[in-house]
Amino acid sequence: MRIRKLLIANRGEIAVRIVRAARDLGVPCVQVHSAADSDMLAVKLADESIEIGPPPASKSYLNAGAILTAARETGADAIHPGYGFLAESAKFAEACSDAGLIFVGPSPETIRLMGDKAAARRQAANAGVPTVPGSEGVIEDVDEVARLADDLGFPVMIKAAAGGGGRGIRIATHAESFTTLAIQASTEARSAFGDGSLYIEKVIPGARHIEVQILGDGRDVIHCWERECTLQRRRQKVWEEARSPALDDATREALCHSATDLAQSVGYSGAGTVEYLFDESQGRFHFIEMNTRIQVEHPTTEMITGLDLVAEMICIAGGRPLQHKQEDVTSRGHAIEVRLNAEDPENDFMPNPGTVSDMVVPDGPGVRFDHMLYSGYQVPPFYDSLLGKLIVHGETRDHALARLSRALSELRIEGIATTRPLFVDLLRECPIGDNAIHTGWLEEWLAMKRQKNEEASPG
Amino acid sequence: MDNVIRSRIPGTFYRRPSPEEAPYKEAGDRVVTGDVIGLIEVMKTFHEVKSEIDGIVERFEVEDADAVMAGEVLVVLR
Repeated sequence: MRIRKLLIANRGEIAVRIVRAARDLGVPCVQVHSAADSDMLAVKLADESIEIGPPPASKSYLNAGAILTAARETGADAIHPGYGFLAESAKFAEACSDAGLIFVGPSPETIRLMGDKAAARRQAANAGVPTVPGSEGVIEDVDEVARLADDLGFPVMIKAAAGGGGRGIRIATHAESFTTLAIQASTEARSAFGDGSLYIEKVIPGARHIEVQILGDGRDVIHCWERECTLQRRRQKVWEEARSPALDDATREALCHSATDLAQSVGYSGAGTVEYLFDESQGRFHFIEMNTRIQVEHPTTEMITGLDLVAEMICIAGGRPLQHKQEDVTSRGHAIEVRLNAEDPENDFMPNPGTVSDMVVPDGPGVRFDHMLYSGYQVPPFYDSLLGKLIVHGETRDHALARLSRALSELRIEGIATTRPLFVDLLRECPIGDNAIHTGWLEEWLAMKRQKNEEASPG
Repeated sequence: MDNVIRSRIPGTFYRRPSPEEAPYKEAGDRVVTGDVIGLIEVMKTFHEVKSEIDGIVERFEVEDADAVMAGEVLVVLR
């Protein structure tokens, strides 16, 4: 292991996860924190901690200079960026290497290429990966985009090349609204990302979101099977499974191979995720984007493969070649993850920071709870609302669903509202068990439920 | 005190709809029930603060971009 001391440039549950992976590898770790996070769980678990700035993320977790200074002061020789914040900043990856530090992730070139969503589409097409029908690269001229949209047929998605994670997206349902929406999207993208270039994709109705986990060491690439992340609210995943219950073996094989083909084509190093839309009616998958970091839902893959993906990332960054051959990465049983957010499902998912007065953590066979909580912890209002993830593993999907139900009944978080009741409700619903879902399903279901409640209590 | 507007939620208080725009209200402005007087950013989402009373803005108790607690007084009316 070339890494002697790892600095963790993140917070919350993923920081806890990275501390654990580092300690399992015997690598001492330094946890950075903002002034609002000095009592967070990762700080308590890490070997050392260092404050990097005031509460706003722009002045702390997004402050590359402060993080590099912290690494120098603590003698760390590597930085793990987690997800969000600086995880997909090519500039930060470059700054690390300029400072003589190891960035735990792919090269700045790979991050830059995949961060340009239009360039990533082209790269995928060149690697033989099916993409969503749409524009070839970015289109600078709105009239030109409008003509192409007409050819593709409405509805179409207008996306910002510099976007991703659901930001900078508009859906045009007909030609009349197209130009207005395209100008809006471009203006929004220019102010948010400093780049207003757009590309378009045909909308695939009723599609599922399926993604493939890959690991590469710069030479070889393996896949660790796929995850199904179709249940989303406001383009944020809330429930993930591994593997997808919607694929037959031949499609799965083709999907996973296309992901390794793409990663291989850029000499990928580290952990990454290739995301697709799956058109169930046609049995076809289409590349949408690649994320060059660890993802929130990675534990589902760990549960079915037995791999420690975060430890793998650290080892690869330290220069160790992949230790697993493709045929050694087997999948066993079925895993489900649900995201516990500090949001109140009874009040339109209003964020709900506050103090955890008491908690009971679920336990027992096949249950894992990756989280940032302890009794007495005050959840700060400055960052995103993810508190933790409840992950279960079972021999079959039904077994995993039963375990999820059992684990949710054991879980208690007192003092703040969480999304736990949403999952209890969802488990009562047949479509989850029947698995007849698409990316818009959850929002439709929530709207239907709201309407029912209003009818039941008029006024 | 009944002549105050409080924040229902903790977060960061903003007096403007976006950095380039003018503040929702200035001292001396008339406020009627339902008027938006600012935004609270909490956990990366923005929520409008609406007045539940009528009056004239006497003063703001917090600055733009200040951290506020749930129940904290934002504006005093007269």
